[in-house]
Amino acid sequence: MPLRFGIYGGQYIPETLMSAVIELDNAYELHKNDTEFKNELDFLLKNYAGRPSILYYAKKMSQDLGGAKIYLKREDLNHTGSHKINNVLGQALLAKKMGKTRIIAETGAGQHGVASATAAALLGLECEIFMGREDTERQALNVYRMELLGAKVNTVVSGTATLKDAVNAALREWASRMDDTHYLIGSVMGPHPFPTVVRDFQAVIGREIKEQLIKAEGKLPDAVIACVGGGSNAIGSFYEFIEDTTVKLIGCEAAGKGVNTPENAATVTNGRTGVFHGMKSLFCQDEYGQIAPVYSISAGLDYPGIGPEHAHLHEINRAEYVPVTDDEAVDAFEYLSRTEGIIPAIESAHAVAYAMKYAKTLSNDKIVVITLSGRGDKDVAAIARYRGLKLYE
Amino acid sequence: MSKISDAFIGKKAFIPFITGGDPDIPTTEKLIHTLAEAGADIIEIGIPFSDPVAEGPVIEAADERALKNGFSVDKLFTMIKRVRETVKLPLLFMTYYNPVFGYGAEKFCKNAFDAGINGLIVPDLPYEESGELRLIANENGLELISLIAPTSKKRIEKIAKNAEGFLYCVSSLGVTGIRSDFGNYVREMIETAKIYSDIPCAVGFGISNPEQAKSACEFADGVIIGSAIVKICAEYGTQCVPYVKDFAASIVKAIK
Repeated sequence: MPLRFGIYGGQYIPETLMSAVIELDNAYELHKNDTEFKNELDFLLKNYAGRPSILYYAKKMSQDLGGAKIYLKREDLNHTGSHKINNVLGQALLAKKMGKTRIIAETGAGQHGVASATAAALLGLECEIFMGREDTERQALNVYRMELLGAKVNTVVSGTATLKDAVNAALREWASRMDDTHYLIGSVMGPHPFPTVVRDFQAVIGREIKEQLIKAEGKLPDAVIACVGGGSNAIGSFYEFIEDTTVKLIGCEAAGKGVNTPENAATVTNGRTGVFHGMKSLFCQDEYGQIAPVYSISAGLDYPGIGPEHAHLHEINRAEYVPVTDDEAVDAFEYLSRTEGIIPAIESAHAVAYAMKYAKTLSNDKIVVITLSGRGDKDVAAIARYRGLKLYE
Repeated sequence: MSKISDAFIGKKAFIPFITGGDPDIPTTEKLIHTLAEAGADIIEIGIPFSDPVAEGPVIEAADERALKNGFSVDKLFTMIKRVRETVKLPLLFMTYYNPVFGYGAEKFCKNAFDAGINGLIVPDLPYEESGELRLIANENGLELISLIAPTSKKRIEKIAKNAEGFLYCVSSLGVTGIRSDFGNYVREMIETAKIYSDIPCAVGFGISNPEQAKSACEFADGVIIGSAIVKICAEYGTQCVPYVKDFAASIVKAIK
């Protein structure tokens, strides 16, 4: 497998961890095309996660906006409520093939943590989750959910106590215990081979979109839109269409309170090339290369970097990355709930928000697919508070 | 031989680590003078990073303190230049790749050399990724120190053969920090490295007292001590200098 995507990617990790990533790389090469492995994973995706997920024509929304036809790829309907389960089942099965008995994972919003805890319960693996204190407070229900599933949740208090610090803590834990432990990274980030492994497990999203849309409309979409933190649901949606150059690929990153304020997580808009968390990619950082404290209403997008393949797709102009503010995302969260009766995750609402602006500019023979990466139940209380209600879980 | 490897000739080397700017630059400056006087052979100065993933809680907290107190690498360069007027032993920077890359690797290496730095330790640049920085560092008169870990096994050969200055032997799994007991692999690691290279081997991670330093020096060419010193700095802040001096003297006495 190539180590890099253009200049991005690589393996920038302490020597202690090199043997672990090499072991993973070899194991993935060995199993990825193995029929038994593929059959086991396909069985779980179908019978446990509920794949294929629906590609839903949002008729009311399309008519209301008065532009392109909008389809929603309903990853929110997967077991555990997000796209995270696709990757988690793949990596947890791989971990078992490697003889590992324990998985560790970072989580921001808690979706990846819940998915990891779920897969661990199903496959009989021990599970420990690392989550920033800010996020354990924002997503208290998900903490309990993970514990209910048998996982141990470690609250990370160092640094900014958010997703990046959870990744730091998981990397440190992995460096101290890798014999029996697999680090189940939740996004297309980290050292090689993680960005490739996670992309491959998420690419099912785009493959299904293509097949389902050709069946429904007889053609390819004009645009595929997804939210981007690390970027796993986005790359999963985009990957199948990279060679189809008529399909516009649009990633929506978190602009928080605005790209010109200090409180945002818009990595492509404001970041520059750097090396962090095992990869060369784009990062929000200061002039001295210190990683910037970022902010988003969405814990899942509150990350100062982006997966290296996205940095590459941006550099070669194959995908476009646009900032979406908290306000726009919350409006879209409410709009989709009212218009289609679907409450999206606040992360996914970033993609909905941009699609609402974008679809209007297209004629009604065009098709836009939005990936709804997750469901919004976890965000309801936070959105209520954003609107000034004193609602606590 | 280089200035860095010369520090191992005829003796076991004591390599203390301090975090630059913890709690402030003037204290770091005093510490460098004090450690040199106490008998250090090489001094490793950490450039604080927002996200030091190879560090345990002691050094991570030091990085946070330094950054909060307005640390910048430019201020550190200026201070090192001043220190260099009197301190002659080799000085190393230990930092992560992004503070080098983000500053501009070329400019960083040039400024570091001009200030009087002899080499760099960059723990998130494993052998496979070290090429681009090694080239720039070497062109600017700096050596890039390589690390081996208990998990390196077959990797030791290529790393040792290409190492310069000394080989940093990570004693245990995990991150930096104080341990009551460091791994037995380390002796084996050093024996393996010595098959492929005559480069000096210094042991780091987990060594925190004179007894441990002494026992490590039975098979290693030197010891790197970080967290135990940084912990003293955390406890005494700007008043830490005499305490660090006593600690350094106890290590020197144990290994020389």
